[in-house]
Amino acid sequence: MVSVWPQLEPLLPRVQKPARYIGCEDGARTPAHGRGKVSWLLTYPDTYEIGLPNQGLQILYELLNERPDAVAERAYAPWVDLEPLLRAGGLPLFSVDSHRPAGGFDILAFNVSAELVYTNVLNCIDLAGVPVRAAERRPEHPLVGAGGHCTYNPEPLADFVDFFVVGDGEEVVGEITEVVGAWKAGGRASRDDVLRELSHVVGVYVPAMYDVAYHDDGRIAAVTPRFADVPAVVQKRTIADLAEWPYPKTQLVPLTEVVHDRLNVEVFRGCTRGCRFCQAGMITRPVRERPAEQVRHMVREGLRRTGYDEVALTSLSTADFSGIESVVAETVDDPTNCGQVSVSLPSLRVDAFTVGIAAQVGKARRSGLTFAPEAGTWRMRQVINKLITEDDLYGAVGAAYSQGWRRMKLYFLTGLPTETDEDTLGIATLARRCADIGRAQVKGASVTASVGGFVPKPFTPFQWFGQNTLVELQRKMYLLRDELRRDRGVQFRWHDPRATLVEGLASRGDRRLGPVIEEVWRRGGVFQEWSEHFRLDLWTEAMAKHGLSIDWYVYRHRDEDEVLPWDHLSAGLHKDFLWQDWRDALAEVGLPDCRWTPCYDCGACTGYGLEHVVASARPPAGGSQGTGQDLQRGGEVPVALMPRRTAGRR
Amino acid sequence: MRVRLRFSKLGKVRFTSHRDVARIWERGLRRASLPVVYTQGFSPRPKLSFGLALPTGAESLGEYLDVELDVELDFASGEAAAPAARGGAAPHGPALDLEALPARLDPALPVGFHVQGAAEVPPGTASLQQAVVRCTWRVTVPGVSVAHLTELVDAALGADSLVVGRTRKGHEVHDDVRPAIRSLEVVGPTPAGLSRAGATLVAELDTQPRSVRPSELLVALGGDLREERVLRTHQWMQLDGALREPIGLPHDATRAPYAQARAS
Repeated sequence: MVSVWPQLEPLLPRVQKPARYIGCEDGARTPAHGRGKVSWLLTYPDTYEIGLPNQGLQILYELLNERPDAVAERAYAPWVDLEPLLRAGGLPLFSVDSHRPAGGFDILAFNVSAELVYTNVLNCIDLAGVPVRAAERRPEHPLVGAGGHCTYNPEPLADFVDFFVVGDGEEVVGEITEVVGAWKAGGRASRDDVLRELSHVVGVYVPAMYDVAYHDDGRIAAVTPRFADVPAVVQKRTIADLAEWPYPKTQLVPLTEVVHDRLNVEVFRGCTRGCRFCQAGMITRPVRERPAEQVRHMVREGLRRTGYDEVALTSLSTADFSGIESVVAETVDDPTNCGQVSVSLPSLRVDAFTVGIAAQVGKARRSGLTFAPEAGTWRMRQVINKLITEDDLYGAVGAAYSQGWRRMKLYFLTGLPTETDEDTLGIATLARRCADIGRAQVKGASVTASVGGFVPKPFTPFQWFGQNTLVELQRKMYLLRDELRRDRGVQFRWHDPRATLVEGLASRGDRRLGPVIEEVWRRGGVFQEWSEHFRLDLWTEAMAKHGLSIDWYVYRHRDEDEVLPWDHLSAGLHKDFLWQDWRDALAEVGLPDCRWTPCYDCGACTGYGLEHVVASARPPAGGSQGTGQDLQRGGEVPVALMPRRTAGRR
Repeated sequence: MRVRLRFSKLGKVRFTSHRDVARIWERGLRRASLPVVYTQGFSPRPKLSFGLALPTGAESLGEYLDVELDVELDFASGEAAAPAARGGAAPHGPALDLEALPARLDPALPVGFHVQGAAEVPPGTASLQQAVVRCTWRVTVPGVSVAHLTELVDAALGADSLVVGRTRKGHEVHDDVRPAIRSLEVVGPTPAGLSRAGATLVAELDTQPRSVRPSELLVALGGDLREERVLRTHQWMQLDGALREPIGLPHDATRAPYAQARAS
């Protein structure tokens, strides 16, 4: 394999952001390819500036390059200005590390974090010079793999991807390397052989090893393995203890601006707050905290090595981290940082954001602050199990303004189950009240209310819910826009409901969507998550052409007994737990966090012999901690404050 | 204490933008634990000022930046220097050893950036933006013979004016670039190894009142030329009627790293 750099270099002056394609990041490895090594091309199917910061990809990049039997490089989707130049010049997709052609790697592995990138996956496979349909590939072609949250419903991509990984990737990539290495050593004879072997690896799903049967009405009758040695249900992978995986150790520092351009340290994985709309919180259970001392070490070493002046403590709900206040304080007050390092907490629950944290975070530069109340009324928040009170929100917002913030962003969802116009308009009321609190303390204070349409996701209690129609979501957005039009303190932003529609299609689609995705890609529908390139007409026309109904796939409510397209995969959650939680949602019954209360037996721990790894058995101080109760003193265990579910597993 | 640094930018990193380079320096200075002074206010930033922006894609053997350092701080030890050491004759430690700065900064910068020299700038010195009046460029032009390019150059030098259209702040404007061309010479064919054979041009172009880019120069020459490799070899300031570089280098020091980077 030779580098394509000599051919690529003359093209770069003709594109908008050539630094996307040069690599050269601090932390990048010098790949040493060799006969005995399995080569991975870790590919993010979006632009460099979106893909580079992806922590999952960086973790696997380090782990694989540490192995003597593997080598990993990275690739990103070329932007629309470079792609035609590549195709015209006969150049393939390439790695940014050593600019090798993608087709020469053993494994093309995609990180799939969003549904709208599916067509980009096809485009990258095609640019690699590999047939987009898995069935047409020959032994000399790379194996095409995919991981990431979207692969919990891999079916829409089943025609194009040879194998999927479900769950944490840290351990499984080593097992895959071994299987593929043995296949290579044995002469790379038949793809079926290696795929059959891969299907035995726990956490790996090989779609070609399963047959799908349908009822006359279009619903799935059964998904069955084609061979006795292929598992009927593919279990997700979960690493038991984050402390054993202090990765990335050398986070990549890009030369050009990217999103999240800062040091990122993952403080815990998993979340048991139990927000019913949140797929991430359901599929990543249980909670596994990183020891505070390891977090401190990773922050200190990372800042020293990278030169960043900002560190983000990442997780699904960072204020819940047992050591949060001390880690933030020690970072901000560390004399070697000279007061110039700021800490950002990207996912903050308002019920755990205290004046103390606000003061610490605000000592250095104040970056933006984002809270996610998600819904406008208490009733609605009970339905979605985001049990924060208005007082929680106002307390957090007040704390932030009192510490000098002038702007904050509030995230909301609309189109939630049982939502009425009163609930929708509650978003405007909450946002306006927050802006008022701000203006009482700071001149020119403002609030941005960012509203997205709700997309039901697999492995959540809302997986049975029929998504709001395009027209209904648009109506709700206009309702809010009109309500907030004359309000100078609140800026209203919304996610395009047309994009929400396509996300809904891919989120709960099945294998029959494969031809639709391929059609949209063939007609030029790439970079669909970029509003300037999004084309709803391509999707609706492709659906019609292949005789598929958007109503049926997106807007239809499902019944308990329906076989869902992802039922042959498992995130550990019992289906009857999810169904019971769905009934509770409709009954407006909340469910407290199981970190600090008895177990509900959702299945995520018990099924895999895992436990929560938390440093403190008590919730952090402040707010109501999802109980609706005043817990300002902190440390109290909120048991049985909500009407408790009586049904266990049925 | 204001310190002026001279550095080169060669190889793949030439595709980073002026803004990218500013961020690379902010991180590099922190990685090298240099006591950079920050601005006051709501959103403190390190006090750095750069000279004339280098076009994205161009290489350089003479880039500059000024950085404000706090002499009372020695970040390497993580503590403020003892008061007794302030302003005294005793050395302030590694942070203030200007001779050692290049060696200290190079490992903190991406491959392709090389710090060539450092000098203290007295208070009240004009900024780089104001002080630099001229740049020397070396440009390779593919697909043209030395003889033909020489004809075009001679014609351009003989002309009274050379008007080119360019876009400024979204408006199409027409400027005469002829007064800004101080010298122009075809020095030979392009070096071997570039994608297409052509000729190499060396130009001295004024930067004031408005700088002329090499790409604009080629438009002015006519003949549908396009630059392949652009290298800024020098920036010049006017001092007591003479031109000199903000930080000079020993003779030939500009050639070695260039050849090295080309080979990589």
